[in-house]
Amino acid sequence: MRLEEVQRILEARPAWTVRLPRNGEREVVSCLATDLMSDALTTTGEGSLLLTGLTNSQVIRTAGIVDLAAICFVRGKSPQPETVELAEKMGVRLLVTDLSMFEACGRLYEKGLRAAVGDEGDCRTRE
Amino acid sequence: MSDERVTKLQELVYELRVGEIMHEDVISVSPETPMSELREILRINRISGTPVMRDGSLVGMISIEDFIRWLVKSDGDCRVEAKMTRDVRTVFADEPLIQAVNKLERFGFGRLPVLDRKSGKLAGVLTKGDIIEGLLKKLEIDYHEAEMMGARSSHVFEDIIADSSALLFEYQVPGKDFTRAGACASGLKTTLRRLGIHPQTARRAAIACYEAEMNLIVHTDGGRIEARVDGRAIRIQALDEGPGIEDVARAMQPGYSTAPDWVRELGFGAGMGLVNIDKCADRMEIDSTTGKGTRIEVEILLETEP
Repeated sequence: MRLEEVQRILEARPAWTVRLPRNGEREVVSCLATDLMSDALTTTGEGSLLLTGLTNSQVIRTAGIVDLAAICFVRGKSPQPETVELAEKMGVRLLVTDLSMFEACGRLYEKGLRAAVGDEGDCRTRE
Repeated sequence: MSDERVTKLQELVYELRVGEIMHEDVISVSPETPMSELREILRINRISGTPVMRDGSLVGMISIEDFIRWLVKSDGDCRVEAKMTRDVRTVFADEPLIQAVNKLERFGFGRLPVLDRKSGKLAGVLTKGDIIEGLLKKLEIDYHEAEMMGARSSHVFEDIIADSSALLFEYQVPGKDFTRAGACASGLKTTLRRLGIHPQTARRAAIACYEAEMNLIVHTDGGRIEARVDGRAIRIQALDEGPGIEDVARAMQPGYSTAPDWVRELGFGAGMGLVNIDKCADRMEIDSTTGKGTRIEVEILLETEP
């Protein structure tokens, strides 16, 4: 699913303006909804969308480490300016939706987006 | 490539003299040059290393590898002479090219200073790029200089990995300071990616590093994270002199947490830190003494080519 489609489904707005889409429009391959960054670190993968109510800079760092496609803040929470600044610096796409976490998940699921499945097989390559 | 071509190349490395293909217009720096200015000098001149000269004499070599090591250690500005290689290998301008090729290979260097045999003075510098360029010219094969430059700089990191010695990166993590939490893990990830390490492997190392970093911030007054990369594995150590872990076995249980509420508000402290580190690692070790401190070591094996 393309990120612009996610944005439309969630009636979301970008938290900062992407000046140059370096890799063009990003493809969202899966989704995780959580406020726990430890879960986000091991459960999401490259191209995942993270739905969260947390708006601090740890969320952005997490996104940078696992190469998320985007973060969407739920319940209309606008991130702090420092958070946006860091996201701009690291090229992390941010969306804000007024929907609740439950509603956001439901809409995306209905349109075919599925859960990010991180397990040990995803995280490490050994037996 | 035909067999004749290889033979011709082999002949050429014996025929050609170092002086014929080295470059003479050498950019050099003085021992007093600050390390902070080195990057600009290397960038502007598009070189990955340069001789250090005092009063016309060669006293050392400084390379982008030295610069990266200094940068990662981030222990303040200093002079080039403190970080340069003093034990410099050289070649004479009248030696056959094969001598230089052997030396570059044996010592894993990217460049060799070339001396004039009579005067002992620096006559030029020979890089791997110069050798390729010189051989190609001799073979009358067209090439684009721009491509050569690109190939040269992209091999800098491969050279480091190919070297038998390991690279050590060190990060200081201040305690209770959340503003920069995760910066060390982000930095490590960037560095690993630039070293050409597989994205999945770099990601696992970064996740383990991030969790270890959060532990230092949450539970201690600060500590340090060391990452050691060699051709085989990434080894990350998190060291602190904090309160220690009372019950390591319990701490390893998913969901067990001693973190205060303010940490939970930041999205951490859900009792998954050590569990996640273990998940990402091929090997994990915890030494902890209550009241003394903790050392966590993880090893992540580099993917080997099938």
